[in-house]
Amino acid sequence: MDASTRTPTLSHNPRILAERETKIVAHDVNVYYGEKHAIKDLSIDIPDRAVSAFIGPSGCGKSTFLRSINRMNDTIPSCRVTGDILVDGKNIYDRDLDVVQLRARVGMVFQKPNPFPKSIFENVAYGPRIHGIAKSKADLEEIVVSSLKKASLFDEVKDRLDHSGTSLSGGQQQRLCIARAIAVNPEIILMDEPCSALDPIASARIEELIDEIRQNYCIIIVTHSMQQAARVSQLTAFFHLGDLVEFGDTDEMFTTPKDKRTQDYITGRFG
Amino acid sequence: MSTVYFLIVVVLVLTAYFLGARKASGAVAGGRGEWHSLPAYHGLFSASAVFIPMLALYAIMAPLAASYIDSAALSQFDPALVAEPLQRGALMRDASALAAGQYAGAPTPELQAAANSLNSTRVVTSWLILIIGCLAGLGAMQYARTRISPAFRARNSFEQITTIVLLACSAVAVLTTIGIVFSVLFETLRFFSKVSPIDFLFGLQWSPQTAIRADQVGSSGAFGIVPLVAGTFLITFIAMLIAAPTGLFAAIYMAEYASPKIRSIIKPILEILAGVPTVVLGFFAALTVAPLIRGWGEQFGLTVASESALAAGIVMGMMIIPFVSSLSDDVINAVPQALRDGSYAMGATKSETIKRVVLPAALPGIVSAMMLAMSRAVGETMIVVMAAGLAANLTLNPLEAVTTFTVQIKTILVGDQEFDSAKTLSAFALGFVLFFFTLILNFIALRVVQRYREQYD
Ligand SMILES: Nc1ncnc2c1ncn2[C@@H]1O[C@H](COP(=O)(O)OP(=O)(O)O)[C@@H](O)[C@H]1O
Ligand SMILES: [Mg+2]
Repeated sequence: MDASTRTPTLSHNPRILAERETKIVAHDVNVYYGEKHAIKDLSIDIPDRAVSAFIGPSGCGKSTFLRSINRMNDTIPSCRVTGDILVDGKNIYDRDLDVVQLRARVGMVFQKPNPFPKSIFENVAYGPRIHGIAKSKADLEEIVVSSLKKASLFDEVKDRLDHSGTSLSGGQQQRLCIARAIAVNPEIILMDEPCSALDPIASARIEELIDEIRQNYCIIIVTHSMQQAARVSQLTAFFHLGDLVEFGDTDEMFTTPKDKRTQDYITGRFG
Repeated sequence: MSTVYFLIVVVLVLTAYFLGARKASGAVAGGRGEWHSLPAYHGLFSASAVFIPMLALYAIMAPLAASYIDSAALSQFDPALVAEPLQRGALMRDASALAAGQYAGAPTPELQAAANSLNSTRVVTSWLILIIGCLAGLGAMQYARTRISPAFRARNSFEQITTIVLLACSAVAVLTTIGIVFSVLFETLRFFSKVSPIDFLFGLQWSPQTAIRADQVGSSGAFGIVPLVAGTFLITFIAMLIAAPTGLFAAIYMAEYASPKIRSIIKPILEILAGVPTVVLGFFAALTVAPLIRGWGEQFGLTVASESALAAGIVMGMMIIPFVSSLSDDVINAVPQALRDGSYAMGATKSETIKRVVLPAALPGIVSAMMLAMSRAVGETMIVVMAAGLAANLTLNPLEAVTTFTVQIKTILVGDQEFDSAKTLSAFALGFVLFFFTLILNFIALRVVQRYREQYD
């Protein structure tokens, strides 16, 4: 592959980037799993207070890139990341950066809801306890309640905060995981196909929720559903075989894709 | 003769299989269309139709024949002689020896007659068994062949047969257990007719020696199990004190920190430790650990018995470490990686993740591992015999000699016994209490495991 196809086809600087501050800047990022080259020379600017969607065929490296933003790839021994990723202008791969603090700022929601086998309350209180955020017990309760409210789960569970988190339905579990992430006041929330294990109604609720909270966070959502990307995101990035092929304003991407591969994917010719 | 019988069984079963399968596949040649089951299932159905009746007939007829042979032979003797069990045994031995041509000396006419009867009835009965078995087998084969047809659901029938065979096997296991419980219970009740249950359960002294003659010294034994409970508890407690933390931490290391390579070395070594015969551990305890402890104790001015609860407990703890660590390692590994990822993504460190997420999630499994290890410790005999002694001291001092349930049972039942003395019967009562205790432990473990399963299914 020559260099020209690797450089993302910038759709004349996404409008959204002009309107919002840039939160995350990735520059020439490469990710390897042993010999496998999973992300190739990726550069992207991601805006604050907006939803960015990563789309692309399965195995193209969306999760891999997402996981390098909160350094979850550190937990995979064979994984190696080169290049720079800056959050608020600070390189997160700097030696003096503490991943514990980074992950408090960058929350993550997984594909399959993974509440801890603890009570609903304890699930949400988990982060605040670890990071010593709550000053008192009342403070902690306050944080838990407001996080559950932000995740629009509070009304459903307010009478049974002491029930196990695993006793909730799949969609409720996923909202619990979002509440758990919100509880530590992150600036960025990464979501890796958060609706793929949910039924359409539960997915719709998550989408609504994302739309409600997007004013306050920088949200990145990986999704295999183009309709979902079109519904919830303002900016879309299309990945293919480890390359970032194209990114730009969502509405433009879905109406006038610049790259042939994007067009093929969107029109369902592969994927 | 039974060898011949079973050879015939094998031949008939194989024949039935091939004939059955062939009939089904021969008919199939034109196309499988309307046949319900594959030929192999017709074969299997025919084979089991032959095998099961032949096996069942043998199981019923062989013991019947044996008892008929005996009674026919014994009928040659004077009924008065036969009534006495010991005499009867001796006569049967002589008659068998004579029948086999190995009798030294001149046989009496009755003995000769009995030997002749043995020889003839043996031949007759074994031919009878053989013929009945073969007829049944052939009949079953014929029956199975007539059933083979396109519509016959051989696969479903074979499935049912399999289910019944499996059920029969588990019934054997269950019935054996029930049988053991009842035989122990029965002996225990006999014991309680001699010694009151109150004295047994709450008595503070254990010395099961009962004299044979009333005027002997110490003519009445004392059967209070409290010292044994205390000894068992003490040794088990010491063992768990060692095994629980060591085993658990070893498991955490293996599951969470060790590289796959190190894990593949450590785990088998730990499992070898689990396989060391307890007799070997017992003399390790008696010859190495006990003197060491005594040496240390004396340096601190303590009096340590040469056989001590501490020595036995320590070695027993080492014995059960692999149980704790291996089972805990498995349950920790069974905690879904997604939970760890969730915790790391919240910014938790590895040890926070283990402490707050992994261990709580694995806790039920870990508890049941502990319970199983504990029932091992409670049931262990050899180490205690060799390292903790036989003295039924009522003490909780780990430096003294103590004794346990299992050790007392073993001591009581070794050597010549009168089978209706209170001493011998007390072993059954001890066994019953022990059984009850391990039953409770296993029950708790089972309940805990069930709760654990519910969480992840
Ligand atoms: N832990 C891993 N070890 C080795 N290879 C991996 C690992 N995770 C992902 N990969 C590989 O990296 C590529 C990108 O994977 P991923 O980022 O999960 O794709 P996506 O999320 O877009 O479906 C795939 O080819 C996958 O096989
Ligand atoms: Mg993925």
